[in-house]
Amino acid sequence: MAIEVRIPTILRTHTGGNKTVEGSGDTLAALIDDLDSKHSGLKNRLVTEEGKLHRFVNVYVNDEDVRFTGALDTQVKDGDSVTILPAVAGGC
Amino acid sequence: MLRIDRATYDAIVAHARKDHPDEACGVVAGPEGTERPERFVPMLNAARSPTFYEFDSADLLALYRDLDDRDEWSVVVYHSHTATEAYPSRTDIGYASGPAADPRTHYVLVSTRHHGPETGLVGDEVEFRSYRIVDGEVSEEEVEIVESYLFGHSPTTVVYD
Repeated sequence: MAIEVRIPTILRTHTGGNKTVEGSGDTLAALIDDLDSKHSGLKNRLVTEEGKLHRFVNVYVNDEDVRFTGALDTQVKDGDSVTILPAVAGGC
Repeated sequence: MLRIDRATYDAIVAHARKDHPDEACGVVAGPEGTERPERFVPMLNAARSPTFYEFDSADLLALYRDLDDRDEWSVVVYHSHTATEAYPSRTDIGYASGPAADPRTHYVLVSTRHHGPETGLVGDEVEFRSYRIVDGEVSEEEVEIVESYLFGHSPTTVVYD
């Protein structure tokens, strides 16, 4: 078992074109580190230099937006499904 | 260039008028990897605001799961400005330049500043403009309206990314 991660179209350049990849870790931060070791450059797209999740990116563990569950400290486990999406917003 | 059929164009304009003075938003989905905006998907503006729009976080997840199941992507992301021109704001550019935002997206801006509700008068047009936004750089593109997308369009002219 592993954690399945859905990758948005533009970030598939880091995953050889794959829509989904697998990774492991106890927290979202650890999972992203693991993914970055296999798909170089992914972490830079998701995590800022200050070590925070990029504000224009939404990450979900199963159906939960991690903004409400501890962001990068969110616990993850085998069998979870993680989805990464671009936030869609703006204003005049 | 954005090539869009009349019915979809009208649906975007109608949505913007209906939600005026709040900003309206949504996407037009098409087969992944293509430039064909085929399926109009209006979204709720979770901000319900005349100056800001955002897709609700849960709605966004549901939308992308649906797109994924259909092998589609968002060819167009549209929203309205209700008091200003149909040009991307700094906030719009920020989000559109985010690290997970696909630069192949066509960003359609509609402005209802002059004509919120439909007046039926001559010249009652809302502004409808389309842009590419890549790394903070905005470039406007031509909008071609075809009467029927499926019949008004030769597959040989499709530019695949």
